[in-house]
Amino acid sequence: MIFNINVNNKILKARKGDTILETLRKNGITVPTLCNMENFTPTGACRICVVEVESHDELVPSCSHPVEEWMKIKTHSPRVIRARRTIVELLLSSHPDDCLYCIRNKNCELQTLAEELGIRERRLPVVRMMKKKDPSSASIVRDPAKCILCGRCVRVCKEKIGISTFDFIGKGMKTIVGPTFNKNLNVSNCINCGQCIMVCPTGALHEKDAISAVSEALQDTEKHVVVQVSPTVSVSLAEEFNVKSGKELDGLLVATLRKMGFNKVFKSAFAADMMVMQIVEELLERLENQQNLPMFSADCPAFVKYMEEFHPELLPNLTTCKSPQQIMGSLVKHHYARNQKIKAENIFSVSLMPCTAKKFEARREEFTTKGISDVDAVLTTRELARLIRLFGLDIQQVAPELADSPFAVRSSAGKIVGTSGGVAEAVYRTLYYRLTGKQLVNFKVTQMRSNKSTRELFTKIGKQKIGIAAVNGLQNAMELISQIKAGRDDLHFIEVMACPGSCINGGGQPITQSQESLKARMKTLYDIDEKESIKASYKNPAVIELYGKYTGKEKDSFLEKLKTSYQGRDVLL
Amino acid sequence: MSQIESVLTRFKDNQRQHLLPILQEIQSEMGYLPEEAITLVGRHLNLPTSKVYAVATFYDQFRFSPSAKYHFMLCNGTACHMKESEVVLQEIEKCLNIKAGQSTRDKLFRLEVTPCVGACGQSPVLKINDVFYPGITSKSVVELIEAIKLKEGKL
Ligand code: SF4
Ligand code: SF4
Ligand code: FES
Ligand code: FES
Repeated sequence: MIFNINVNNKILKARKGDTILETLRKNGITVPTLCNMENFTPTGACRICVVEVESHDELVPSCSHPVEEWMKIKTHSPRVIRARRTIVELLLSSHPDDCLYCIRNKNCELQTLAEELGIRERRLPVVRMMKKKDPSSASIVRDPAKCILCGRCVRVCKEKIGISTFDFIGKGMKTIVGPTFNKNLNVSNCINCGQCIMVCPTGALHEKDAISAVSEALQDTEKHVVVQVSPTVSVSLAEEFNVKSGKELDGLLVATLRKMGFNKVFKSAFAADMMVMQIVEELLERLENQQNLPMFSADCPAFVKYMEEFHPELLPNLTTCKSPQQIMGSLVKHHYARNQKIKAENIFSVSLMPCTAKKFEARREEFTTKGISDVDAVLTTRELARLIRLFGLDIQQVAPELADSPFAVRSSAGKIVGTSGGVAEAVYRTLYYRLTGKQLVNFKVTQMRSNKSTRELFTKIGKQKIGIAAVNGLQNAMELISQIKAGRDDLHFIEVMACPGSCINGGGQPITQSQESLKARMKTLYDIDEKESIKASYKNPAVIELYGKYTGKEKDSFLEKLKTSYQGRDVLL
Repeated sequence: MSQIESVLTRFKDNQRQHLLPILQEIQSEMGYLPEEAITLVGRHLNLPTSKVYAVATFYDQFRFSPSAKYHFMLCNGTACHMKESEVVLQEIEKCLNIKAGQSTRDKLFRLEVTPCVGACGQSPVLKINDVFYPGITSKSVVELIEAIKLKEGKL
């Protein structure tokens, strides 16, 4: 039902069932919000969104109040502005004033609010509370002094990820948001996906810095600095430089990285092709022996940690194949080092990822030999942008260049792994070839491209019945996992990505992204797949060449290096 | 069976509305909510520990550390009772000059009597904070207390 309301002395259309906030937004009127999140039920906790409604004595939080037909609303009356100001002033009274040093400087909702409300002096006494930073996690730094208790991280972790690492602790002035017992994150159940960082309005949550380590390595003349670029970083980085969403920077990024002093630029998607081929071989083996099915993907380190914590009995169902980051890491420190006659300890291996959990993955002991990590530093998309600015480079003013052989070429299957359903689709393409010896006529697997968070495909390849599923958003995977524990057996391969929307929406991506930018990134990946001719991993000529270098025993030990293992974890669940 | 577990068995139907009563009972038996209580209650009610802790810290009534530095919990389960834990109890009460359920003024000791702590084979059992002292006697308990007092400079 549509009816009229009066807002700031103008008649506007409103729809029954909408909140006041939704109505205002649809009509192009901006009201600030802090605790409110799109697609979540409102909590009405922060009250920054208040408006004046005639005949209501108190100001009304617009995010949680339904719009009604008789309403006469003022969104920016002096009374409303005064209330909003007071709220922000209260938040600032216990906030450290160190914007200049803050990672979210110029990209902070609290800062923007203070600015928009014209707060120019401290009227309230400063309340300093000793709240210690927690740098214990390999991926995420928590700085409770900057927390304004909006609860967004609590809710995203509970409702989208399903882990509930954070909650409110205590009450009143002493309230904080933190993990159980306010312990350090590294002993909590946090799986490092970084979705909390994506929703935090301030600098209270941010990624663990790797910029300093990388800059140091770049200045060290002894070090041979190698970098791998994840397929999803090059489609999102542009947004950090205000270029339109979804622009593929590929060659421009390669050229920029060379200017920064990286000695070699490799593509993680090359390793993604290798992963897809290994997954298919392993799947064929398991189908043959009817063992450890369904097989789960394990390239999302957040999902892996979740399985280690919550379902240790299902660990044999994860593929033993390493993630693309770690395949490339081990190729660089072993294969490449040997061929180039460079000592592994003189190589500094960097990876550019859309993901905070990859920082944790790189630190796992499985990926360290004799104290040397396969991947030395992981930069998120955001950190990469900062590093590029630090070097004063303009990514649009360079001439595109090609990545370095031997890890420069990828199939388009290796590219789409960054979007939900991508790994499953890539696996399907190679699996089809391995089961039938024939090429697919149509490579596109539409079932894996729906907009549902759980996608399924049931088909027959040759004589083999195959069920494939892809899930994004860990909370959605939990349902599927309990079905499997209860005996569901029609699935053989399951791709799980912890982040809602998968890696294109990873916890290391630009903070200011919108739903539109996510769609644009996905479209770019699929467009690339549409245009290019090498659409399946097994057809990647560079991978074929690499595999051809090894025979017999050597080949076995080469393939062995692509495998990893998992361990149950005892953490606070 | 631990004190916590025995409380949990009284709330078999793991309904979430039991959260507060469970926490209250654990605290009244143990004098505080140890970390283990939060994790076990979470598992019992199928709630994340962060939620259980959030609820517990919201109410002023809950304590998260023993109210004394040395929290004596003397088992008075059947096995321990048979092995004369009562005598040990009297000895402690005499030494510390407090009754079960009380703390000393200097907050150094607190004494509590608990049902079976699940170590019947070694009864009678005394637990001080998280450490078990099996086969405790009225003689050895005096030595224990004196050792603590000495360490704390209270002798
Ligand atoms: S850490 Fe950030 S997202 Fe979480 S409650 Fe604090 S300000 Fe909000
Ligand atoms: S879905 Fe992708 S970005 Fe998110 S945690 Fe997993 S690997 Fe990282
Ligand atoms: S945004 Fe409405 S109460 Fe916080
Ligand atoms: S009765 Fe004391 S331990 Fe069982």
